Formats: sequence, structure tokens, C-alpha cells
Amino acid sequence: MSDEKTPAPKPGAGKADEKPVEARSARPGASWLPSVTTTLVAVAMALVIGALLIVFSSRDVLETMPYIFSYPQDFFREAGSAIWSSYAALVHGSVGSPGAIGTTLVRSAPLICAGLGVTLAFRAGLFNIGAQGQLLVGALAAGYVGFSWDLPPGIHLLVALVAGIAGGAFWGAIAGVLKARTGAHEVITTIMLNYLGGALLLYALSKNAFQRPNSDNTLSPPPNSSATFPEIGNFHLGVIVAFLAAILVWWILDRSKLGFELRAVGANADASRTAGMNVANVYTAAMVIAGGLAGLAATMGVLGHQDSLSPTMAGTIGFDAITVALLGRATPLGTVLAGLLFGALSVGGVAMQASAASTPKELTEVLQALIVLFVAAPALVQGIARMKKVDDGSAVMAKGWGS
Amino acid sequence: MSTAVISQDDIVDVRDRADVRRQIKLVVVFAIIAALLLWFALDINDPTIKYLLGARTKDNTGSEINGQNVAWGGLVVVLVWMVLAALNKIPRGVWGVVAGITVGIAFFGGFIAWQYADQTGAGNFVFANPMPGTIKLATPLIFGALAGCMCERAGVINIAIEGQFLTAAFFASVFSSAFFSAEMGLVGGILAGVGMAALLAVFAMRYHVNQVVLGVVLIALATGLTSFLLSQIPNDLKEYLNEPLILAPIEIPGLSSIPIVGPALFNQTLLVYLMYISVGLVSFLLFQTRWGLRVRSVGEHPKAADTVGIRVNRIRWQAVLFGGVFAGLGGAYFTVGSTGSFDNNASAGNGFIALAAVIMGRWHPVYASLSALFFGFVWTLQTQLSFLGKIPPELLRASPYLATIIAVAGFVGRVRPPAADGEPYVKS
Repeated sequence: MSDEKTPAPKPGAGKADEKPVEARSARPGASWLPSVTTTLVAVAMALVIGALLIVFSSRDVLETMPYIFSYPQDFFREAGSAIWSSYAALVHGSVGSPGAIGTTLVRSAPLICAGLGVTLAFRAGLFNIGAQGQLLVGALAAGYVGFSWDLPPGIHLLVALVAGIAGGAFWGAIAGVLKARTGAHEVITTIMLNYLGGALLLYALSKNAFQRPNSDNTLSPPPNSSATFPEIGNFHLGVIVAFLAAILVWWILDRSKLGFELRAVGANADASRTAGMNVANVYTAAMVIAGGLAGLAATMGVLGHQDSLSPTMAGTIGFDAITVALLGRATPLGTVLAGLLFGALSVGGVAMQASAASTPKELTEVLQALIVLFVAAPALVQGIARMKKVDDGSAVMAKGWGS
Repeated sequence: MSTAVISQDDIVDVRDRADVRRQIKLVVVFAIIAALLLWFALDINDPTIKYLLGARTKDNTGSEINGQNVAWGGLVVVLVWMVLAALNKIPRGVWGVVAGITVGIAFFGGFIAWQYADQTGAGNFVFANPMPGTIKLATPLIFGALAGCMCERAGVINIAIEGQFLTAAFFASVFSSAFFSAEMGLVGGILAGVGMAALLAVFAMRYHVNQVVLGVVLIALATGLTSFLLSQIPNDLKEYLNEPLILAPIEIPGLSSIPIVGPALFNQTLLVYLMYISVGLVSFLLFQTRWGLRVRSVGEHPKAADTVGIRVNRIRWQAVLFGGVFAGLGGAYFTVGSTGSFDNNASAGNGFIALAAVIMGRWHPVYASLSALFFGFVWTLQTQLSFLGKIPPELLRASPYLATIIAVAGFVGRVRPPAADGEPYVKS
């Protein structure tokens, strides 16, 4: 009975001395429950801080401040109504109606795709800050095919989609190859490639081939309708593609040989090299797929609602994608959920600004950051909420700068 | 023939493959540069170019030089080095650096000559000294890089330089406006930078948050918070909260009259002088003092440091907060140091470039500062050259980033961060 000598680890008890990073994927049973609770508490804490900001950003509340000591009830009434109207508008605007849900899904789709790219690179130990640049180049390719080629509907969409993915993959591949061949750090190269992607887009838009006829703006023509995702209400099929991409990434990471190599290299590149894996190829492959996913994210805008190419078309999706991937703990499912949350917050933020309290929509950015911060600090959340300590390691592999 | 005697000729010098690769790389790079210089020299028709290295005054509108000679001279220099490289006569170390610098200068001279020669049309552009612009643009980058070096040498990853910049820029503007003093703006910047550093420290060390995650989150938080606060400033209070006084240039008597470099280096704002001092201070502290040794030891091997009685997390706290001072000063540049009022995303990605400078400079304050200078230089140059129209402006705009990638991929290569960078230390 050798089992008695080494006591079996209690499922889910998560001893503090266990290194949690690798142990996570094999966690049995209902042990995810505390981590879900932690996440919910983290969201609640972010909302509380957000409520404080709402209170002090509301004109009505500030007007009660001079006489707060004589009529404190005024202050609390106004504060309560400001918080209520803001958060009600936030929820109603994002998931309150089928139309709102559609908008949220459409807004989430690019975040999910680009976030998946960051997630995948993370698992290989690569910190891909370059989603923004990959997205721009993907948009350039998809947009060009979309508005300048003439193909039958359906096929046109498919070709444009592939072009977008290929554009992003190409941009990601540069960083991957440089990392693999010369050891150039991917953080530097992807940052610079972001700027270069922007410059490339500007350059293209200064050429006749990309320029909208009879226009002086740096703006391209919109893609043909034959190259756009079919729409149902305000919801387009690109969203489905985004979810399929998530399933594909899950399959790659959890079920394929490449995924195994990715995770192995991410966990320990030297050990993987010793085990006979070609680390350089794995890095390149990871960046190619990551770039492709960012390119797919670009098609959500270009082929989704026929966005013209413009220097500001990508907004900050590429950077938000990093936060999304981190909130999703570098897992495909987590990334999808985080993308949905961020999409909902950004759609709801607009409604919140239009609400009675007219809370600035920038508040949602603060909320997003706070949520990620608290989720990443389970010790803090559990300490404040007086929860039982659960050692809940982060799945994000990029512990440091790596090699 | 079959004697076992080995004559002198049979001894083959076996060289390290990396060494051979370096030699080939040097020859190829020098050959490419030589070819470019040849092209520059042949392409020049009207070789007269005007340059102005000092400040523009009424009676000093620039001098003239024959650009073709500059290009030919550069070509000769590069060819000499190329031959030396081909003969494997350039050892690593000092001579390698000298070779790199002289070739760089030769190329730069030829390139500038080619750019400014053959000017047609109304604008007869004079080549101006790129040094003042370089220093100016590099100032925030150097501050940011110093902040990064401080944190990471102590083993705390600081991706959040951009976030520190943003908050510091905002509060520098607020302080400067509220106290009617640009110097108070610097104080506000420092406070904000240290505040962000404290957030970084508390979450990294107390709550063991993954530091890469943390950095990204802090940037997001700073972006959101500053734009939220900015939107909260009512119009009637703008002049008290977001119309800062700007630092005025201070001329240092004597030093500023050194030709060429004097006005560039010593007729700058207080912030720039603080930058010079900071680079020296950080290098001195890190490499010459006991405290610096401790900082580096907790960044390399915290357990060993702990064993000899160094309090790891205390040193890390000190280093991170101290780094926050520089990040704050760097952030202050974007409002009180240059343009004035705070705008959304005022730092415009400079924090990321500072981060790149840290890595490019191999976590060394001086090398990181040089990387930042390099970036500022290319940036200044591209603005100057964009008027000339010999290179498409889009390509010029991309050149600083392209140059960085080439530098990192071609010359810096694999870098080694402090061994314990990013790993929280838990006393066991």
C-alpha cells in the first residue's frame, strides 16, 4: 500500500506550496467554483470603485456637496440615483434588448479574435503586443480584396476573409521569424511592427489604388457588398466565425501536436529543445497563427459592417485584446468570456453616457482595467471578501522576458 | 609526403563558428553601406550643400560644403573598414565599436549629402544640427528607460512605463496649472509616477500578480483614468487645471557657447538637465554603491541575497518607487516639458518605445539611454528630411521603427534579462 505513504492531494484543496502554474489544467471536480466566485467578487469590487467615480462625476451629486453636513440625505439620494441610472443604462444598453445583445456580440467579435491571438502566443511564452499592427495589415489586405476585386458573392467574402487572415499572419510572421532566427525580442519587434503597420496603412491610403475616388481624406472605398458577412438584424455572421475561431484555438492548444509543443515551449523552452522540439519553428508558428487571428479580427470590422480603411479604423482593439487575453487567463474559453464582457462594457458605456447621470463613457475603460487587476490578484480579493484562500495560479505563461 | 611531421602550413586555424558568422556579417553590412555610398556619390549632380550647426542668426545663415566629397570620403572610410573586416582584423570590443561608429558616421555624412544636394525649387533647405531635436525627443524616452532599468534590475518587470507617463503627464499639467509654476508641474509628475510605481509594487510584491499582466492593466487603468479625469474638468476650471506653464529653456553660461554641441546640450529646459543628472545618478547608484549591488542581487538571485541578510522585498520596493521618480519626470515632459495642456493619450506610445530601449540597452542605464538617443536621432532626422522629398514621406515616417527593428534583429540579438526578473520572492 504505497499510497498511504504519500497522501493523495485533496482535490481542489490547492496546497499553498504547490506550484500552481502547471497544475491548473488538471484540476479536478468542482474546484473551479471558488475561482468563479473570486472573479465575481472582483467584478463587484470594480463596480464599487466605479460607483465612487460615478458619484463624484455627477453634477447633481456635486451640487449637494456644499451642504452635505446639513442635509446628508440629499447627497445620498442623488448619489444613489446617479449610480442606479448609470449602471442600469450600462446593463440595459449592452444586454437589455435583442438589438443591444446583437451590438454587443458584434463589438465583442474582434476583441475575441485578436484576444485569441494574444492568448495563443502567450501559451508559447511569447508576449504579443503586436495585435494592433497585425490587425491593420489584415484590414489592409481584406479591404483591398473587398473593394477592388470583382468576384461572385460568397466566394468574394471567402477570398477577402483569407486575405485578411493572411495579411495578419504575414505581419505576425515577421516578429516570429525575427525571434526565431536572430533572437530579437518579440516585445520590441511587435511594438515597432505596430507603428510600421500604421505607416503601411497610411502609405497605401496615399496611393490611388486604395484611395476613395474624389475624396481628399485618407479613406478607402468601402468593401463591396459581395464581400461582406451576411447580416441578421444588426448581427452579422462574422460573430459566428469568431466563435468558431475560439473552438479552433482550443483544439489547437489542447488537442493538437502543435499545441502541445506550444505549451511545452511556453513552459520551458530549454527543456523543449532538449526534448527534440524545434523551438524556433514553434515560435514562428505561434506568431503566424496569432497574427492570422488578429487579421481575422480586422475582417470583423471591414467585412462586418463595411468599414472603409482609415488610419483610425482599428481604434484600440489590438491593445484591448491584450487585456482581454489576460482577463481570460490565456485560455480560449476565458478569452471568449472576457471579450464578451469587454464588448458589453464598451457598448453599455455609450448608453451610460446618454443616461440621466451622463457618466462619461471613459468610466468603462477604468472598470475594465480594475476588473482585470482584481481578477489577477486573487489574494487581494479573497482577503477583502474574507474568502477561503484558494491558490489559483494564473495560466499566463509569460512569467518574465523569457529567452 | 606521408611523414608525420606537421609543418607550419598544415596548422589550420580553427575558429569559432559564431566568430566566422560575425566576420561575414561585418563584411556584408559594410559592403552594403559602401554600395549605398557609391550610389549617393554618383547620384549627386549639384554637390553644394548648406549646413548650419549653430543657432540660426542674422549673420549666420549657414556654411557650404561639397557634398560629393563627403560621400566619396565616406566611401573610402567604409571600404577601408570592409577590407579590414575581410582580413578579420577587427577584433571584438573597442575596435569593433570604433568600426561601427566610424562607418555609421561615414554613412550618415554621405546620406545627408545625398539628401541635401540637388535641391530644386523655392525651398533651399539648410541642413540643421539634429542634436537639439534628438536630445529633446529622447528626454522622456531616457527617463522612461531609467525607470525601467531601476525596476527590472531589482527583479520587477515594468511594462507600465506608458501608464506612468500618462498619469504623470496629467498630474504635471494639473499641478503646473494650479500652482502657476512649471517646476511644481515636475513635482506633480513625480508624485504621479511614484504613485503608479507604488501600485505596481503593491500588486507585484504583496499580491504576486503576474507582472506582465499587471503592466498591461496599469496602462489600461492609466489610459482610462486620465481620460475620465480629463472629461471631468469643467470648461470654467480649465485654466486652473489644464493650462500649465511650460518649462523655459535655461542657458548655462560658458558651456552653452561650445560650438556645435553647446547650444544643443546646454540650452535646454530644467527637465533635460535633470535627465543628464539622472543617467549619471542611476548608473552610479546601480554599479558603484552598496545599495545598487543589493538591487542587482535581488534581481538576479533573490534567494542568495536573502541568505546574506538582504531584505529582498524592501530593496525591490525602494527600487520600484525610485524608478517611479524618473517615470514621473519623463511623463511631465509631455505636458510641462513640451506642448502644454494634457490631451488624451498624451504620451502617444513613448512608454512602449522606452520599454524597447530598456531591452535594447540590455537593462543597462547607459546603453538604454543610448538606445533612446538613437531613436530620438532617427526621429529628428526623419522630420528634417521629410521636407526634402527624396524619400517618400511615408517611408521616412516609418524609419525610426524600421531602424529599431534592424538594430535589434541585426546587432543586438538575444538579450539576457536579470535572472529573477518578474518572479515574486516568497520567503520560505
